[in-house]
Amino acid sequence: MPVKIEKDELSGTLTTGHEWDGIKELDTPLPKWWLFLFYATIAFSILWWILYPSWPSLTGYTKGILGSNQRLEVEERLAEARARQAVWLERIAAKTPSEIAADPELLRFAMVGGQAAFATNCAPCHGAGGAGQGFFPALVDDEWIWGGTMEDIEYTIRHGIRNADDPEARSSLMPAFGADGILDRAQIRDLAQFVLHWSGRATDPAAVERGRPLYAEHCASCHGEDGEGMTAVGAPRLNDAIWLYGGKPEQIEAQIWRPRHGVMPPWQGRLSDETIKMLTVYVHSLGGGQ
Amino acid sequence: MAIATAISARSEPAATAYNEDVVRWFAIATIFWGVVGFVVGTFIAFQLAFPSLNFDLEWTTFGRLRPLHTSAVIFAFGGNALLATSLYVVQRTCRAPLFGGPLLATFLFWGYQLFIVLAALGYVMGITQSREYAEPEWFADLWLTIVWVVYFIIFFGTILRRKEPHIYVANWFYLAFIVTIAMLHIVNNLALPVSLLGAKSYSLFAGVQDALTQWWYGHNAVGFFLTAGFLGIMYYFVPKQAERPVYSYRLSIIHFWALIFLYIWAGPHHLHFTALPDWAQVLGMTFSVMLWMPSWGGMINGLMTLSGAWDKLRTDPVLRFLVVSVAFYGMSTFEGPLMSIRQVNALSHYTDWTVGHVHSGALGWVAFVTFGAMYYLFPRLFKVQRLYSLRLVEWHFWIATLGIVLYITAMWVSGIMQGLMWRSYDSLGFLQYSFIETVEAMHPFYVIRAFGGVLFTLGALIMVYNLYRTARGDVRVEEAVPVAAPARLAPAE
Repeated sequence: MPVKIEKDELSGTLTTGHEWDGIKELDTPLPKWWLFLFYATIAFSILWWILYPSWPSLTGYTKGILGSNQRLEVEERLAEARARQAVWLERIAAKTPSEIAADPELLRFAMVGGQAAFATNCAPCHGAGGAGQGFFPALVDDEWIWGGTMEDIEYTIRHGIRNADDPEARSSLMPAFGADGILDRAQIRDLAQFVLHWSGRATDPAAVERGRPLYAEHCASCHGEDGEGMTAVGAPRLNDAIWLYGGKPEQIEAQIWRPRHGVMPPWQGRLSDETIKMLTVYVHSLGGGQ
Repeated sequence: MAIATAISARSEPAATAYNEDVVRWFAIATIFWGVVGFVVGTFIAFQLAFPSLNFDLEWTTFGRLRPLHTSAVIFAFGGNALLATSLYVVQRTCRAPLFGGPLLATFLFWGYQLFIVLAALGYVMGITQSREYAEPEWFADLWLTIVWVVYFIIFFGTILRRKEPHIYVANWFYLAFIVTIAMLHIVNNLALPVSLLGAKSYSLFAGVQDALTQWWYGHNAVGFFLTAGFLGIMYYFVPKQAERPVYSYRLSIIHFWALIFLYIWAGPHHLHFTALPDWAQVLGMTFSVMLWMPSWGGMINGLMTLSGAWDKLRTDPVLRFLVVSVAFYGMSTFEGPLMSIRQVNALSHYTDWTVGHVHSGALGWVAFVTFGAMYYLFPRLFKVQRLYSLRLVEWHFWIATLGIVLYITAMWVSGIMQGLMWRSYDSLGFLQYSFIETVEAMHPFYVIRAFGGVLFTLGALIMVYNLYRTARGDVRVEEAVPVAAPARLAPAE
């Protein structure tokens, strides 16, 4: 096809004279602003190469005149952040959680730090704000399986519960009364009725009476004569309306037949000593600290 | 496929022996996979807002459906669109039928569809290389390599047989796309299968080299698949639909070579603040910044081709799809270099901002330019006078545009909020928010985004109906859209 240069009526620009399937092209020069910005980005890049590490060679790379180094920068910023908190953290390190709670200034810092650590590390199981969820106990009430004093809470956080990672983890095991053949189904049904009578929810008075001696023989040593529980062995209180694994008779029976046991990882070694103390203060303050 | 055969049977043979059968199949496949991709995308958007939609089944979890969505829209919808348009455009602008004849073209069509099905089944069954946008395992990769070589032979052979003295700019872009994707695909998928009969393989690269290879691939999949290839579509269909000459030949040359040269280095900006050495991060960032104007060259050529024909935007919804796609292209190619700057990336990376950025490109640019091209192609491929309904094209345009706007604004807000929440400290130096609090804060925006996806899918379904009726040769009785007078060219003095 012969090259036929034409003039476009609308723009007054000449075409290049090529044509493909009816498409022609104008010979418009490059827009000046476009060219300027293109050069500007190149100039920006050259400046950046001068300032920052950029071009590699066989033996290394250009370091840039700013001496920038991402790794060092992040380390510096971490050190800076630590230094800013150091004045508080040193004081926390020197005190027990109870002493921290007694110092209003320190308490304020520990509550904020504890809350931040809780939201990241504890809330996935214990729920936002420690409200509990599923089989993970609430921390906002005054029922404590393993004790609600500052010392108890701190110990639980440090060593965890029934884990293989920490030899000092809190540990205890309730026998599987049904599965191991210690009691039969009828006896377990009676026991469930008996423990429900404390919270006034037993439906079968005769079963309650049949369950009473069974409780005294098999359960009272850990859960207490009046169902008050025993935090030293992690035996929950039974004479209130809080049931971690469900408060319906059949749920209680299932728990006696083959009990489920809660576990918790140890946080000592994962979290700093100061963070564990702040967490202790925070959890203690949630509602039921003793 | 039944419609295609029925229509082609009663349509007359083309004056020149162009192979339009394969183009028609690819066009239908484009629409089909497009709807699949949009539906899955909308569904996983709802999964993010309402996790119970994962149904606790391994096959329907977000982790498996997400690559199904990305591959369906990029490689199935986008890929078929590129194949349909490139095979149409190369024949017309070279005035030559497809090299290799109908047999090779038919193999290309079915071979590519087989790859898509192999990949999709793999995702749902959990067979994956876990490389983003390169998830298919070695056997599917090998098959795609064969198919792709056939594509190259057909396309390049047709160019060699051309009757025009010059190669049209759209074909430069298509060729760059075909050649570079072949290189990217092969290098990034170098892997050793565990056994000849097993699906599992391990990458040849390890550690940070692996990450860099992956993002060299990943970013250039955007650059050469979703940018260069679709610029090829733009360079043919915008001037055809606007009936105006391309704005600047010189700009097309300069921006083509600048884009091709610069894009290939930009990948490391995906790895800011990682184990990748500082110098590689800086180079990736600066090459991305320099890419801004070369990208905009395509936008200028697309938009300015309309100079003197802007009034057509009012009357021609097909042209409006094409032009708005170019505007979205301009927006995302400004946003991209911006986000590649390390200081900006510190806020944007790993947030929904990235997701919003990708979708302003994918929905606004890639999908819209494809819709425009399909509305152009269907009447021609099925040898009918006109589209069934221009009014329905208008409906599609406005509903889809609203969907995009909802989508990307929701992701901007959610992404920037997320980035700010992650980095906010209180006065005592503790993190202000836990991760779960940022997730809770994003929930309403996830719902808005999913709703945007519903609108976009709805628009696409309107298109399916419209194109189906068009293919059947129906014409809807509706108020005529006034036609603008075509601009004329006068001989140079």
